[in-house]
Amino acid sequence: MLRLVNVNSYYNLVHVLRNLSLHVNEGEIVTLIGANGAGKSTTLRSVSGLHQVREGNIYFKGTDITNKPTEQLVKLGIAYVPEGRQLFRPMTVFDNLELGGYQAYKIYGKKQLKVNMDSMFELFPILKERQKQYAGTLSGGEQQMLAIAMALMAKPQFLLLDEPSMGLAPLIVREIFRVISELKNETGLTVLLVEQNANAALKIADRGYVMETGKIILEQDAASLLKNQEVKRAYLGKDKRGIWE
Amino acid sequence: MQYWDKKKECMEKAEIEQLQLERLQATLNRVYKNVSHYRQLFRQIDFLPEDLNNLDIFSGLPLTTRQDLMDNYPYGMFAVPLREVVRILAPAMTLDKPMVTGFTTNDLNKWAELMARNLTAVGVGRDDVLQIALNFGMLTGPFGVQLGAERIGASVIPVSGANPLGQLKIMRDFRTSALVSTPTFGMQLVHAMESAGVESKSLSLKFGVFGSEPWSQEMRNQIEESLRIMAMDAYGFAEVFGPGLAWECPEKNGLHVAEDHFYPEIIDPVTLKLQPPGTEGELVITTLTNEAFPLVRFRTGDITSLHHPVCACGRTHSRIARISKRSDDVIVMRGIHVIPEQIGLVLERISSGVPNYQLIVERKDYQDQLTVMIEISDRFFFDEMKKQRGLVERLHRELSEFLGWEITVKLVEPGTFHQSGKVVDKRQI
Repeated sequence: MLRLVNVNSYYNLVHVLRNLSLHVNEGEIVTLIGANGAGKSTTLRSVSGLHQVREGNIYFKGTDITNKPTEQLVKLGIAYVPEGRQLFRPMTVFDNLELGGYQAYKIYGKKQLKVNMDSMFELFPILKERQKQYAGTLSGGEQQMLAIAMALMAKPQFLLLDEPSMGLAPLIVREIFRVISELKNETGLTVLLVEQNANAALKIADRGYVMETGKIILEQDAASLLKNQEVKRAYLGKDKRGIWE
Repeated sequence: MQYWDKKKECMEKAEIEQLQLERLQATLNRVYKNVSHYRQLFRQIDFLPEDLNNLDIFSGLPLTTRQDLMDNYPYGMFAVPLREVVRILAPAMTLDKPMVTGFTTNDLNKWAELMARNLTAVGVGRDDVLQIALNFGMLTGPFGVQLGAERIGASVIPVSGANPLGQLKIMRDFRTSALVSTPTFGMQLVHAMESAGVESKSLSLKFGVFGSEPWSQEMRNQIEESLRIMAMDAYGFAEVFGPGLAWECPEKNGLHVAEDHFYPEIIDPVTLKLQPPGTEGELVITTLTNEAFPLVRFRTGDITSLHHPVCACGRTHSRIARISKRSDDVIVMRGIHVIPEQIGLVLERISSGVPNYQLIVERKDYQDQLTVMIEISDRFFFDEMKKQRGLVERLHRELSEFLGWEITVKLVEPGTFHQSGKVVDKRQI
């Protein structure tokens, strides 16, 4: 569904993504794991059109979407949940969700907006309770749920998720990941998930890519990555770095 | 048509290409980081793996040869620390630098999957009884066959590669339905059946997977008729772990290379230039998913051709033609690679100096036989009969020990070699 071929991105002169190639098949959850500064978020920003791609191509369902403006990508069915829960904090939960459904409203009208809203409340019951509250007053976990719900209001086929577990309690992380895999199983949503919490991400993912300094060093199905000693050592916090015997 | 993993075996060509590019990039990044041999090699030509953005650049990279593996013996080519390696296979232990390959847990798992694909393509299912008539210890292959058959759920009987009469009994008593062996063993079995008066009707044999030796179409027909089975070819070499690299589907129209795990290329053995599809040349293999023992552009020495069109069986992976020739002097017999230079080393050890020698390979009584012809020189000639006989006996003993089976040694007068070259292959494959 999504295909990156030799993507190169820069921050000014700093070469961040170096001939990065990856793909996500329809109905798959693919996770991108790696240390800080490996270029995971830059990859998502490049896909979603927020960061300029200098070389290489990105294809979505066969069409080239390299450097297309973000608003056009939303129309194609791509939604992006940025890192750090970027909400409209002084607005209510309800208003935030409405804004997320802007595209759906424009195309399908008010009725569809209501349907989408209801399905979000069903998915995250806590948001229904809090719908009158200002987004800024929500807890971290609730804010993350709202951020995901906002993206889902556009009824995307493809979701780009950046670090949904950041700074959240393990219990809430589990809840959020449960919702993501539920969405995949029930609506066939395709997800590209960037995570520091490699263990949790690999448990719900079908496949995974390991990134290191802007390059992919490993591509495998998630179950094998969980068993890979190198991944365990570097990203899952198990097994100490050993010397060569 | 049965598939073990239809999604992967029949994936679109475009998908395969994308996957290969991703995995090639990842493999190069990994070997650059973890294998000093490749790091040095790439630095010499000023190549950074992260610069790889098309396959033309890739086919310009240096090749890996068996000599490179020997130079980095024993652990130099491993890409993971030893503690992550769960199995090491080093067949042909008598060589001074045996061939080595290592596996992580994931590598073994992958091998099992590939062999399961191979055996399923042949027709083996969970109800089958599979007899492995290959030498465990001498070859890496049988371990993979066992893994794959057990993954499918078939019942496995691992036996050795010898004693066809004894195996015939096992085959009959346990109602073996699939046989994995070398083609020469298949022929020995046919012969043993004839001499013991066993009819193929009394056996339950349905499928045969034969490999690790070159064999002709004629031989295949003979095995198929005599044993009343479907005889299929499988290909692999010990450096990548053995079979599971490429195999025949029931179409019998070339061997499918598992392209999601290997990247095959065909080069001209002399100019080393990449050859277009369909042209005969030497097979070069790059592993895409090996964790412990990755190889980049490894020269197999086997001559074949690569065909991209999708097979009638539905599998999209490219096919290689059946292999019967080599680009070097290496003799493939009894499942192993006999390298003439290594025979020379043994001779040198005995006589302090390499004599002029020639290796003759023949197929006699359904078995490949090796004769070492040595030209008589001062070092190999004694006036005393006793000493002379002792020398021949010693040569025979040491060479047989080295290879692990009986060979023939002949001392000949200078100038008797009819053909030039170190190897004369009379097998007519």
